Amino acid sequence: MRRTVFPHKVLPWLLLAPQLAITIIFFYWPAAQAFRQSVLREDPFGLSSTFVGLANFRKVLSDPSYLNSIKVTAVFSILVAFCALAVALFLAVQAEKIVRGKGFYRTLMIWPYAVAPAIAGMLWLFMFNPSFGTLAWPLRQMGIAWNPLLDSEQAMALVVAAATWKQISYNFLFFIAGLQAIPKSLLEAAAIDGASRGHAFRTIVFPLLAPTTFFLLVVNTVYALFDTFGIIHAVTSGGPGKATETLVYKVYNDGFVNLIMGDSAAQSVILMVIVITLTAFQFRFIERRVHYG
Amino acid sequence: MDNAAHTPLAARGPARMMAHLWMILGVIIVAFPIYYVVIASTHSTQTILRPPLPLLPGPEAFQNYDEAFSGGIGRIGGVSLWRLLGNTTLIAMGIALGKIAISMASAYAIVFFRFPLRMACFWLIFITLMLPVEVRIQPTYKVMVDLGLIDTYAGLILPLIASATATLLFRQFFMTIPDELLEAARVDGAGPWRFFKDILWPLSLTNVAAIFVIQFIYGWTQYLWPLLVTNSNEMNTIVIALKKMISFADADTPWNLVMVTSVLAILPPILVVVVMQRWFVKGLVETEK
Repeated sequence: MRRTVFPHKVLPWLLLAPQLAITIIFFYWPAAQAFRQSVLREDPFGLSSTFVGLANFRKVLSDPSYLNSIKVTAVFSILVAFCALAVALFLAVQAEKIVRGKGFYRTLMIWPYAVAPAIAGMLWLFMFNPSFGTLAWPLRQMGIAWNPLLDSEQAMALVVAAATWKQISYNFLFFIAGLQAIPKSLLEAAAIDGASRGHAFRTIVFPLLAPTTFFLLVVNTVYALFDTFGIIHAVTSGGPGKATETLVYKVYNDGFVNLIMGDSAAQSVILMVIVITLTAFQFRFIERRVHYG
Repeated sequence: MDNAAHTPLAARGPARMMAHLWMILGVIIVAFPIYYVVIASTHSTQTILRPPLPLLPGPEAFQNYDEAFSGGIGRIGGVSLWRLLGNTTLIAMGIALGKIAISMASAYAIVFFRFPLRMACFWLIFITLMLPVEVRIQPTYKVMVDLGLIDTYAGLILPLIASATATLLFRQFFMTIPDELLEAARVDGAGPWRFFKDILWPLSLTNVAAIFVIQFIYGWTQYLWPLLVTNSNEMNTIVIALKKMISFADADTPWNLVMVTSVLAILPPILVVVVMQRWFVKGLVETEK
């Protein structure tokens, strides 16, 4: 606890004012509106609205297209989080085996972090475009009917690939940091005891990486849920059909394109609950990570 | 970086060669999409449309870039490439610098002053972490309409500069400043501004650089927000403009210019990350959330 502070009483409020103003106007007010609209239903002309309780939630949660969107989101998020973590962990372990040239590899590995999700999607669409994509061409030569714009599973594969590609950099940097934080003495002791490298990895390295992995799992889930809107919007627009319509894409589509306010607000509230749960998870974990040092 | 010749995880002989091979494969996969679009931007539309694309730069590089900058992009999207790059730079810089300014100010208030509701203010800022734009799209849009912020730079920048992450980071860092430093400054008669300018700011530079890189990337790669609050092509960012170009794709789409635009949308943030790599990695790994 800090003992010495400045005695001013008004100055701190002036310093806080810009952030508080922006937070209240652009965060709290709209969030409150979302809660309010989620229990109201507007008449078709938008002139008056009536209180309907939880009817919007019941309607949303029994809507087959919403349930489909939950399924799509789950499949998409699990695939992205799993692939991005697995590839990054594998590469980070390889990088740690190397003595010279680590810096060079790292510099090349971080590029995708700087690419906008929407553009990551477009890059993969260019490569796998059914009419002129250079990587779609060998697929068709092999007799695969490749058309991600018409085939649901192929569309899902393409957006998962783009989303995974973009997230590898982030995970790689964290795994490298996690590996470097493992106490050398432990590994040296294991080597002296005659443990093989594989054994050392299984019994020392991976257990000590668990906190990093868990942290990344939460971050990757949040990323897959919320930050991939650009990829979906730019590559598939939720299609073909509704095969890649994630929850966030659906909120956007219902609220903005189809203009169904009550439903969209109820969906927003459901999403808020998901984010709050995940963030709470993340922070509880961070407090524990401190003890691992 | 490479001086740790004998880190315990380092492998020997063939195992190390294998590790190099895997890393090279990894780097190829990670870098290929970017390499591909750079190569595509140096070929003519005819070559791009006839797969497979050559893996080496073509002869049309100069011509493509010259055409894109001298009005070619304007003919497709209605706005010049210069304007798109200008808009995006302005927004990315506005968001990065704005965030640093307002979050430093609020962290300074929370750490170095005592006033009623101090912790309430902290929590109010902290909880915004849980309210990303994605979960309150429609009502936020309505606020923007009511305030007349649609199609303005203020509308593109202001709502994105309130950042709980940056405030938390500065708060954490300010709390590590020893009490003695502040005491000494007070004894010498330094007020809040002098203390900030002469002592705190110079000590914060590494953190400022780290936050700058992360937030510049955040600003440059914005998508949903500009999509919502801009209607006019004049206000497009380069990412949005690119999306519009490919969504009206037809036989006449000048793909060579689309590829040039993609390269220019990717390159500036990559340069920032690579050049400021040291601060970027520190900022990301040590501080993020």
